[in-house]
Amino acid sequence: MRAGRIAPGFIVTAAIMVGVALGVPRVVDEFGLLQLTVFAAMCILALSLGVVWGYGGILCFGQSAFFGLGAYAYAVTAVNLGESTVAVLVAIALPAAFAALLGYFMFYGRLSDVYLGVITLSVTLIFFNLVNSTAGDAYRIGKARLNGFNGMPSLPTLNVPGDPGRLLDPTETFYVVMALLVLVYLGLHALLATRFGRVVVAIRENETRCELLGYDVRLHKLLIFTVGGGIAGLAGSLFANWGAFVSPTVFSLGMTSQIIIWVIVGGLGTLLGPIIGCLIMQYLATTLGTQQIANTSLIFGAIFLAFVLLVPRGLVPSLVALGARFPGPARSRRLEPGP
Amino acid sequence: MSAALLQTVDLSIRFGGVEAVRGVNLTLAERELRCLIGPNGAGKSTLFKMLTGQLKPTAGRIVFRGQDITGDHTHLIARRGIGIKTQVPSLFDGLTVREHLWLSARRTNAAPRARQVAEEILERVGLGAVAEQVTGRLAHGQRQWVELGTVLAGNPELILLDEPAAGMTHDEVARTAELVREINRTHALIVVEHDMQFVKMIARMVTVMHQGAVLVEDTMDRILKDSSVRDVYLGKHGGG
Amino acid sequence: MDLAAVLTLEILNGIASLALISIGLAIIFGMMRVINLAHGEFLMLGGYAAIVATNHGVNIWFSMLVVAPVVVGIIGVIAERAIIRFLYGRMIDTLLATWGLSLFFIGAVTTIFGNTVAGIGAPLGSIAVGRYTISLYRVVLIGITAIILAVIFVVLRRTRLGLIARATMENPDMAAALGVSPARVYATTFGVGAALTGVAGGLLAPISGILPTVGAAYVAKAFITVISGGTAILAGTVAASGLFGSVGQLLTYFTTPVIGEAGLLAAAILLLRLLPHGITGKFFRRSL
Repeated sequence: MRAGRIAPGFIVTAAIMVGVALGVPRVVDEFGLLQLTVFAAMCILALSLGVVWGYGGILCFGQSAFFGLGAYAYAVTAVNLGESTVAVLVAIALPAAFAALLGYFMFYGRLSDVYLGVITLSVTLIFFNLVNSTAGDAYRIGKARLNGFNGMPSLPTLNVPGDPGRLLDPTETFYVVMALLVLVYLGLHALLATRFGRVVVAIRENETRCELLGYDVRLHKLLIFTVGGGIAGLAGSLFANWGAFVSPTVFSLGMTSQIIIWVIVGGLGTLLGPIIGCLIMQYLATTLGTQQIANTSLIFGAIFLAFVLLVPRGLVPSLVALGARFPGPARSRRLEPGP
Repeated sequence: MSAALLQTVDLSIRFGGVEAVRGVNLTLAERELRCLIGPNGAGKSTLFKMLTGQLKPTAGRIVFRGQDITGDHTHLIARRGIGIKTQVPSLFDGLTVREHLWLSARRTNAAPRARQVAEEILERVGLGAVAEQVTGRLAHGQRQWVELGTVLAGNPELILLDEPAAGMTHDEVARTAELVREINRTHALIVVEHDMQFVKMIARMVTVMHQGAVLVEDTMDRILKDSSVRDVYLGKHGGG
Repeated sequence: MDLAAVLTLEILNGIASLALISIGLAIIFGMMRVINLAHGEFLMLGGYAAIVATNHGVNIWFSMLVVAPVVVGIIGVIAERAIIRFLYGRMIDTLLATWGLSLFFIGAVTTIFGNTVAGIGAPLGSIAVGRYTISLYRVVLIGITAIILAVIFVVLRRTRLGLIARATMENPDMAAALGVSPARVYATTFGVGAALTGVAGGLLAPISGILPTVGAAYVAKAFITVISGGTAILAGTVAASGLFGSVGQLLTYFTTPVIGEAGLLAAAILLLRLLPHGITGKFFRRSL
C-alpha cells in the first residue's frame, strides 16, 4: 500500500488543471472566463457529493442544503463585514457544522440508504421553503436582509485578504477558484489514501464486516459527511461570489438533482468523474439553453435516457474499463482512489 | 485454575413470541477450542451474534476477560478481542485479499507493521497465490479462508467460526481443520459446524444446543455415545 | 363548532391529497423498489389529460376518473417496457433514467401545450358549514380517495391478480416456476401505479392550475410520504399521509402555509429518526 504517496494519474490530472488555469485566461474572453469560473465552482460542489456518495456510499439527496448554506453564509457575513475572507471561512464552517449535526442525527440513528436520502432531501426543501418566505424587512441578520424569493443582490465579491478595498478582477477570481479546485481535488485524494479514507471505502463495501473488525462505522460516516458538507459550502460561497447574488434556488429540488446527475454521469467511485460530469452537463446546459430548435428539457431528457441505456456505469469508469482492455502500466488498486 | 476467558450467564434472547436462546451458561478457558453443534434453529448463530454485539440479549450476561460486555456496541466488542467468521462469508467484494488483511491489521498496527502482518497471514492461511485477487471473484472455499485470515489479522483472543467447512471439498475440509488446530495454539475458538467429519478432526469439548438451550456438554467421545444427542441430532446422520 | 367541522374537513382533505399523490408511487416503489423520479410528471400528465378531455366536451368526472388513468397508465406501460425493465436492481441507473423521463415529459408537454397555466373549474360548487363556505368538491375528494384505497385493498387481498402481483414481488423466480410471467407482472404493476397517479393528477387538476413543471411540487412530498410509510404499501401510505397531512394542515391553519410545509418535512425527519424503516417497519408489519 503506497499510503501517503500520490499516484501518477492524479499528478497528471492536477497538472492539467493547473495548466488550464494558467492558460485559459490568455485565450478566452471575459465572458468565457466568467463562465469557466462558475463551472469550476460547480466542479468543487460535484466533488463534495462525489466523495460522500461515491466513496462513502452515503445517499445524500440534499447536498444542495450545504451548498445553499455556504452561499447564504457568505452573503450574510460579507454584507455585514464588508470583507470576503472571513465570509468564505464561515461559508465552509457553518455547513460543515450543520453536516456534523445532521450526520450525528442520522448515522447514530442507524439510518441508511433510501431513508437517509429522504431525510436529506427534506432538509434541503425545508431550507428552500423557509428562506423563500423571508421577504420583507423583518427578516435580516445584522445588516443583511434575506429578501426571500427575491434573493440578495449586490454582494461584496472577493477581495485581497486584509485589504477590503482591493477587489479581485475576473482573471484573479478565476485563478483563485481553480486553485481551490486543485486543492480540494488533491486534498480529497490524499484523504482517501489514509487509513481513514480506506475504512470509509470499506464501509461502503460492507458496513457490518467493518464494524466486526473494530472500526466505528458511525463516526467515519459522520466525518466524511462533514467534510462533504464543508466542501459544498465552499462551492456555495464561490457561487454567491460569482454572481454577487444568492437566491433560495440554491436549496431547490432542481439544484440538488443537478448535483446528483453530475456524479452519476461522470461515474460514481472516482474523483475525476464528478468533475467531468459537471463540466459536460454545465456546458450542455449553456449551449442548449441558447438554441431554439427544441425544448431544453426534452433534449436533456433524451440524453439521459440514451446515456443510461448505453453508458450505464458513468463516463470515467466506462472509459477506464475501455482502457483496461489494452495492455499498459499497472492498473489502479481498489482501495486507492481512482483518477 | 486460570480465570475463564468467556462466560455467559443465563444468556437469553427473545424475538416476539419465540425464545431463540434460553438460559445458556457457557464457560470458555483461554486458548480453549469448543465445538458448538446442534440442529438448524438450535440458536447457535444467534448466540454468536450476541457475543459479537450484533444482537442485544433480552436476559443474562456476557463476561469477557472479567468485563461485562453485554449489549456493548459491535465495534467495541471487536476491539476487546472477539472476532467472527460469519456463516455466509462477509467480505469486501471489491477489495483484494491483501487489502482485507491489511485493513484488519491496520486497526491496531502502524502502516508498515500492518503490511508485515498481512504478509504473515497470507502465508499462514495459504492465500499467497490469490493475494492480489479481488475477493468477489474467489471460490467459496477460498472466501472462507480469506475471512478467516482477515479475522486473524486483527489478532483477537477469541475467534468465533460459524460453519468454517461449509461448502468445501474434502481436501479443503482437512486443510481447514489443520488450520483451526494451528490457530488454536494461540487463540481460543468456538466452532459451529454441521460437518461431523470436520468436528471429529478438531474436537475436544463439545456443547450441544437444542431449541435455544444447552442440551449437553461433554467430550466428543461421550457425545457420540449419548442417546439424547443422537435423538436430537446425530440420529439424522446415522452415527459416526 | 363549525370551526371544528371545517378544520376537520381541511385536515382530512390534506391527508387525502397526500394519500392520492403517494399511492401510485407506493405501489411502484413498494412492490418493485423502483425510485420513479418521473412520478410528478405522471401527475402532471394526468392533469393535462383530464383538462384536455374536459375542454373537448367530455364529462369532467369521466375525464378525471377514466381518461386520465387510461392515458397515463398506457404511458407508464410504454415507459416500463422501453426503458425501466432494463434497469431493475440498478437503483442509480433507474434514478437517472426516470429523471430523464421526467425532463422528457416536461419538454414534450411544454412543446405541445406551451408554458401557460391550464385549468378547469372545480365541479359541485360550494356548501355552507355554519358560518363558513367550503368547496364541496374538496369534501367529495376525501370520499373518492377512500374508495380508491379500498378498491386497491380488495384487489391486492382478494383477487387473483393481486395475489399474483404480491407473489411475484416476493419471489419472481418461484412465480415464474408457477407459470406467471414476471415481465408481464412488472409491466402491469408499473402501469397500474402510473394509472393511479394519473387519476390523482386528474382529480387535483380542478384545485390547482396545471403547468408542465407542476410535478416538482409533488414528487418530493410523495416520496417522503412513501418512504416514511415503510414497506407495507397501503397501511404505510395511509399512516404516513395521516400523520403528515394532519401536522401540515394544523400548522398551516394556526400559522402560515410555509410553516405548514416545513412542519410536514420536519415531521418526516423526526419520524424516520425514531423509526428508521418507516412506520410499517415497526407497526402493522404484516399488513398490506
